[in-house]
Order: sequence, then C-alpha cells, then structure tokens
Amino acid sequence: MLARRIIPCLDVRDGKVVKGVKFRNHEIIGDIVPLAEKYAEMGADELVFYDITASSDSRVVDKAWVTRIAEKIDIPFCVAGGIKTIEDARIILEMGADKISINSPALANPKLISELNKRFGQQCVVVGIDSFFNKETGQYEVYQFTGDEKRTQKTAWTTMDWIKKVQEMGAGEIVLNCMNQDGVRQGYDIEQLKLARAVCTVPLIASGGAGAIEHFIDVFQQADVDGALAASVFHKAVIAMDELKQTLINNNVEIRPC
Amino acid sequence: MDVVIIDTSCANLSSLKFGIERLGYKVSVTDNGEQIRAADKVFLPGVGAAGAAMEIIENKQIPQLVRELTQPVLGICLGMQLMTEFSAEGNVACLNLIPGQVNPIKADGLRLPHMGWNTLSEIKDCPIFEGIGKQDYFYFVHSLCVAPSEFTIATCEYGQTFSASLNKDNFYGVQFHPERSGKPGARVIQNFLEMKS
Repeated sequence: MLARRIIPCLDVRDGKVVKGVKFRNHEIIGDIVPLAEKYAEMGADELVFYDITASSDSRVVDKAWVTRIAEKIDIPFCVAGGIKTIEDARIILEMGADKISINSPALANPKLISELNKRFGQQCVVVGIDSFFNKETGQYEVYQFTGDEKRTQKTAWTTMDWIKKVQEMGAGEIVLNCMNQDGVRQGYDIEQLKLARAVCTVPLIASGGAGAIEHFIDVFQQADVDGALAASVFHKAVIAMDELKQTLINNNVEIRPC
Repeated sequence: MDVVIIDTSCANLSSLKFGIERLGYKVSVTDNGEQIRAADKVFLPGVGAAGAAMEIIENKQIPQLVRELTQPVLGICLGMQLMTEFSAEGNVACLNLIPGQVNPIKADGLRLPHMGWNTLSEIKDCPIFEGIGKQDYFYFVHSLCVAPSEFTIATCEYGQTFSASLNKDNFYGVQFHPERSGKPGARVIQNFLEMKS
C-alpha cells in the first residue's frame, strides 16, 4: 500500500539551513548536506529545500548545493525558491533534484505550471501555496513573497480557487502552507486541509504547525493528506523520527518504517 | 566493469549516476553508440512524457541501437515504459523490446500521480530482486502503467495491479526509482550490476 510521507523541510538562506517563526526571525540551524544526510538516514521519506530568499529579492541563487545533496542522499527531494523559468527548472532537475516547487512565480504567471508540466512531466511540478486565514472575511487567502517581510503581499486568490486553478494548469502535487500555524507548533490546520483535500485530486502535503506526534496522526486521519511537512520539530529534535513513524504505524497509518 | 547510462536528455540523469556511484561503480552518461554497445551493463533512464522522450531518442538514433544490445539493459520509470510496444501518453510507438502497453493507471478515485513509497505485492524469483521482500518500500512517481503479463517479474497495487518490473531476454525494467528508494533500491541496482550477462 502507498505510504503516507513524512517530509522534513529545510529552509535555506545563503547556503545555510535556517528556521523562522511565522516566516520571520530566522536562526541558523546548520549546513545543508550533513542535515540532509542525517534526515535521510533517520527515515525521512522525502526532503524539501526552500530557498526562502530567492523569490523575494529576484537574485539568481547559487544552487550548487543541489548537486551535493543529490550525490549523498538516496531518497527523493524537491527544491523550491526562485524558479521562474523552464531553464531555471531544467538546471535544478539536471543537478539531481526530483521535483521543483514554485510559488510566487506561479502566481505571477500561472502558465508556467503548464509549461513545466509539458517539458518535465506532471510528477516533478509541485506548487507551494502560502495561505492565511482572514478573520474579517472568513476566507483563506493566498499570499506571495512570504520569504521577505517587506514584500509579503496578499493576492486576489482565495486558497480553494487557487488550488483548483493550479490543478487545471497541470500541477503534480500541492504543498499547502497554513501561515497562521507556521512555526508555532500548535498542530496542523485540519479544518483548512480538509477543505483543500475536498478540491485536490493530486497529492496534497500539509505544512505548518507540527509540534507533537499527535498532530501527525490527526492530519493523516482527519485531513487525509498524502504527506506531512515539518521543520522545527525535527531541527530541534522535539520529535524523533523513529518514534513518530512507529506511533503512526501503531495508529494504523500506512507508513514506511525507519 | 563498464557501466553506461544512455543520455536520453531527460532530466534526473545525475540522480541515477550518483546512485550507481554510491555503490562504488564508475559510470558514464553517453549517447555514443560505440560506447553503449561496448558496455557490460546499460541503463535506460527517463522521466517526463513518453511522446517527447521518444522524439528525443529517435533524433539520437537510440531505438535501433538499443534493440540490438545483447548485454543486460535496465529501463527505469519512463525508461521501462519505453521498452514496451506502445504508450497511450502521446499515442506513440515505443521500442517494442517487451510486449505490453502503457495506459493510465485506473486509480479508482485515488490520487494521481501515484507518488510516494509503495511495497511490491508479488515478486518473482529473479536475480534483480535477490534479497528483496514484500516488506520493502520503493519510490514510485507515475500516472501511467503497464498491466501485468507473463513478462511481469514484480507487481504493485495502486487502484489496480500493475507491473512494478518487467523482463524479457536481456531487457529489464522497473517502474519505481531505485536510485531514490533507499537501501532496497540500492540493492536492486547492485543486483543488476552484479548479475551475470
């Protein structure tokens, strides 16, 4: 049976892994390659590397670390951040990434999703969505340029409409970052993820809010997501991978054992 | 040993190259006919769409070359699908090395692509699966599949039963990505490399 995936997320800034709270105040966690190797050995099912500065300051980012990761690890990984063109994606995939994830560039030009799909296949086109619950309107709203506080802005898209749109355009997977929950370890946004699940026919990955093992059980059992992404609980060793996976297995969640 | 990855100009060639190198083998990525013919073991990798991939390899005159190979050849993911007769993805004729056709997975309400770690449901006694059991997970990423046939040497379940691996004569294929499937995947690559021709 297809296993649910546990996906540590490594935010990369200037060649280092960092972690912020609610996308802010980043602290350095460590070097990329040793951390990637450690997570792969611990039993992570996949890794995501987010270059969190790339989209917001429109730099061409040095991605030499992608090759170094591909050399070392034997599980799939996805690279996000600053991929704006077919050529950007080609370089990253040729360096050895299995998937590329786009977020702000997809909002600026949704056709990019179809172009990537056509050239590289649906399986490697991931769309990341940063979603914030607006208490005043009662709507989930999509934000862009979330890597940079000064440039972060609300888009015209509601989250559910954007999820539908990116699937129409050919996305192969969706990572839904629930911004209200990010970095605060209070649990995944089950309510929002359930709504997203109802309109999402491609794999859906939950992101934002993991703080305890129960949160993973809840998100798989209640929101039926295909994978759960988390950062700080792994970086800070709040949760041990083997204990997490064994507890999920004990709760009848299909999981690849460590 | 002379190991070659056929340069299909698809992305992800380097992840396969690194996977082989991690096992201590030297490997070259090439579309040079002479070099491919002289190799002991040949990999046919691929990701993306079958139509586009066939066009690329036809331009490089790879199909005829591959058909004439007599050493073990391992197709991976789309590479395995290209070994069959026909793919519904773009309605293209494939290499016709192993009977069978590539059709969309009948996922029956399940999410597509079939993406992630899955186990094998049936494994035939074949050197490339030596030491591999039903408890081992492999990484799959695909939306199309080859239905089981007499040439199927391992199956997987996702909505339907499909071929996780095919073999006819010296041609082998795996639908999963062994280079991204942890230790069991590395074992499959090693088994293939150590297999007697």
